[in-house]
Amino acid sequence: MSEARRNDVNSTRHTIVFATIVCVICAALVAVAAVTLKPAQQANALLYKEKNVLLAAGLIEPGDKIGTAEVEAIFKRSIRPRLVDLATGELLSEAGHDARRFDQRAARNDPATSRSAPDNLAGIRRLPNHGVVYFITEGGNVDQIVIPIEGLGMWGTIYGFMSLDSDGNTIRGLTYYDQRETPGLGGEIANPTWQALWHGRKAYDPQWNVGIQVIKGVAGPPENDPMHVDGLSGATITSKAITHLVQFWLGPQGYGKFLTHFREGLTL
Amino acid sequence: MSAVLPGKASQPIFGPKERSILLDPVLLNNPIGVQVLGICSALAITTSVAKALVMSAGVMLVGMLASLAVSLVRERTPASIRIIVQLAIIASLVIVFDQLLKATLYELSLELSVFVGLIITNCIVLGRAEGFAMSNPPWHSALDGLGNGLGYAAVLVVVAFLRELLGAGKVLGVTILPLVKDGGWYEPNGMMLLAPSALFIIGLLIWALRTWKPQLQEKA
Repeated sequence: MSEARRNDVNSTRHTIVFATIVCVICAALVAVAAVTLKPAQQANALLYKEKNVLLAAGLIEPGDKIGTAEVEAIFKRSIRPRLVDLATGELLSEAGHDARRFDQRAARNDPATSRSAPDNLAGIRRLPNHGVVYFITEGGNVDQIVIPIEGLGMWGTIYGFMSLDSDGNTIRGLTYYDQRETPGLGGEIANPTWQALWHGRKAYDPQWNVGIQVIKGVAGPPENDPMHVDGLSGATITSKAITHLVQFWLGPQGYGKFLTHFREGLTL
Repeated sequence: MSAVLPGKASQPIFGPKERSILLDPVLLNNPIGVQVLGICSALAITTSVAKALVMSAGVMLVGMLASLAVSLVRERTPASIRIIVQLAIIASLVIVFDQLLKATLYELSLELSVFVGLIITNCIVLGRAEGFAMSNPPWHSALDGLGNGLGYAAVLVVVAFLRELLGAGKVLGVTILPLVKDGGWYEPNGMMLLAPSALFIIGLLIWALRTWKPQLQEKA
């Protein structure tokens, strides 16, 4: 490269023009990729979410490789998503409410379909007016129900599903499908071994107050120690966050009113 | 702008020089084993072979395309902003790869989480862009980027193979050593699933490599 050429390349004018061109090309590349791949990503995200409903309900095992067709078949056979008015706990009619495509996160962020949440420990600022409930049926009867749960963890919002038995009290399963907790510490909430510790425990005490909580140390077996779950060592903040978010959604601000109706005989 | 394109009668497209550019980084000048670059992601994502393969594909693809692009514009790149230009190119490619992954291998992309994004700061990719592509023609630069990606991949896959086999008794999710808890005989080594084990394995690999190729040993 000649001296003159090098000076030209390093001139302020060339530097600005070059930087602008690089930025525009890079931005166009990223934008095209993001826009064209979005439909596939959204389909994947929905499939993943619905798989987690099945996981929480124990209809599939962690690590099962199943595709859209199988998920569709299971949904058709035994899952009825419905919307609930969280304030009253009443089921909404199926006409006009597509519960399966209902985007609770979007609803919670839209002022028209949400309200600000009362003070709570789960870090929830806005509450959607409607929440989705998945009824898992077996031979025409409701066998269990799956509700979405969410709340603020250590690094971001934790999203999951919880499955309750038809008694509206016994926990049948739990999954966290979207979380940013510290890998290896708080991130262990995504570990199926830890999630299995929730099976068979009780959400409520005999007076129907929310009782389930994550404790420090090791809880007894579900028969003797039904409302405690082992804490995650090294992850105090995440463990507390899990207690708060589970208690919030089981409580009167979350699905508590609906669950009361459910125990008193509300059905599909 | 001379000798930018290969293919002249005297210069074969893929001769001995090209071969050594591509293959040297796999063993003799391995970015992890010899230069000890890119360790952070090698620790984090080598718990399973599948993750290591996807991560390797990312580094190979990004490394090759980034080196190619950087080399193509190297004579027009002002010296004062060259690093930021290289980073912009690398970052854009990584974002595109991440988007592709989310559109195709969604659950694996969730497991790899931040580490795909962290290819942006992978010292190997930026190191080759600045150290090689800025001063070599595009074809050689692309080979160099790919070769270094291959070197990274080779180490990653070996480490992930050992960690998945000894830590979970599996390779690519297929059970090789039946675990005691599933009625088999193998008691898995839990440490293999934690990050420090990768450090031990990479250390042993570096030792083996330098014993096999003594010319790699630094003079004390």
